[in-house]
Amino acid sequence: MVTDTPVKKPDAIASWPDDIYKVLKDGEIRHCAYVPDAGHTRLINKMVEDTEIQSIVLTTEEEGIGYLAGAWLAGERGVLLLQSSGVGNCINTLSLTSSYRFPLLMIVTMRGEWAEFNPMQVPMAKATAKSLQLMGVNTYHVEAVEDIAEVVEAGVDMAFNSDQSVAVLISQRALGRKKWNS
Amino acid sequence: MEQLKDCSNHLSGLARREVVAELLKDRTDLMVVTGLGAATYDVTAVSHCDLNFYLWGAMGSAAMIGLGLAIASPDKPVLVITGDGEQLMGLGSLATIGVKQPNNLAIAVLDNGHYGETGMQKSHSSFGIGLHKVAAACNFAWADEITELSAVADFRQRVYEMESGPVLARIRIEATNEERVLPTRDCVEIKNRFRAARGLAV
Repeated sequence: MVTDTPVKKPDAIASWPDDIYKVLKDGEIRHCAYVPDAGHTRLINKMVEDTEIQSIVLTTEEEGIGYLAGAWLAGERGVLLLQSSGVGNCINTLSLTSSYRFPLLMIVTMRGEWAEFNPMQVPMAKATAKSLQLMGVNTYHVEAVEDIAEVVEAGVDMAFNSDQSVAVLISQRALGRKKWNS
Repeated sequence: MEQLKDCSNHLSGLARREVVAELLKDRTDLMVVTGLGAATYDVTAVSHCDLNFYLWGAMGSAAMIGLGLAIASPDKPVLVITGDGEQLMGLGSLATIGVKQPNNLAIAVLDNGHYGETGMQKSHSSFGIGLHKVAAACNFAWADEITELSAVADFRQRVYEMESGPVLARIRIEATNEERVLPTRDCVEIKNRFRAARGLAV
C-alpha cells in the first residue's frame, strides 16, 4: 500500500508545545486560561510553571473568554487552551468577542477526527471549525507539526494587532493517537 | 423527589437603585463590571462612568470579566454588579475565582429571586438556592446575605479593603422593574472608553 503519511521527525513531534510556548512568550502573553486536554499537557505544564504567566484553570471553556476580555480591559494579553469539544461550550459567549471587538487567541487540540476511540468526540469535531466561523472567529487548521509554531505566531499578530478572534486548530493526526498514560 | 418549595420573600427587599447608589458612593478608582439587564441599567442610572464595563449579553460572564480585570490590575478594586439569574448561569466561575483568590474582586448580586427582564419567572434563588453559600463553599474570604442598607455600606468598605480575598454579597432586593436607563448599545465604544480611562490605546 502506498501512503502519503509524512514521516515526522521525533524531535519535531516532541517539541511543538515548547515552540508554542516560546511564541506565546515572545508575543507577550501574560495569561493562560485552560480546560485540560491530553494534547495540551506539556504546554499547560510549562505555562503553570512560569511565574510570569497567570494560569487559570476553568470549570468550562467559555469562562476563559470572559476572563481574557477582562485582562484585555487592563491592557494584558492571554491565550485560551481547550480541546474541540470545549468549542461547543463557547458559542454564545463568543458574542462578547465579536460585539465588543475583543482580541481572542484560542489554541484548540482536535479530538474526534483521526483514529478516535470515543464516539462522542466525533460530532463536535465535525462542527468545530464551522461553528467558530459562524460566530466570526478566524480559524486555522494545522495538519503538520512543523507548521504549528508559525501559525500560532501569525495568530498572535492577527488577534492583538487587528482585534480579531483567532482559533488555531491542531489536528489530531498531528497530535498522534491518544496514549492513556499521558 | 419533590421540588423545593418556593421560599421567596422578595416583597420586603431593598430598593435596587438605592442599593447600587450605596455601593458606588464616593467611588474613585473603582472599576465596575455589570451583568446584562437590570444591573446594567441600574449602574447607568446611578453612576455612569468610563470605568464601567456594561454587558449587553454573554450571560454568565460578568464575574469572569471581573476576575480577568482584577488579576491584571492587582492594586485596584474591581466590583461586579449583577443579578441572581446572571450569576447562576456562571456558577462555575465562583469556583474559578475561589482558586485564584484575588484580593481586589468583589461581587454584589442584586437578588430579586426572579428573571425580571423576561417576565418575572422565578429563579433558583426563589427556591432556596443561596449564591452566598455557594461562594462560601468556593473559599471566598467573605460571603453573606444582606437585607439592610446599612450592611450594603459595610460591604462597600470590603470592596476597597483588598486584603483577604474575594468577597460576595447576596443583596435581597425587591422584585420590581425600574425605568430602563440604557448605556450606549455600541459595545466597541464601551470597551474603548474603558481602556482609554485606563490610559490604554484604543
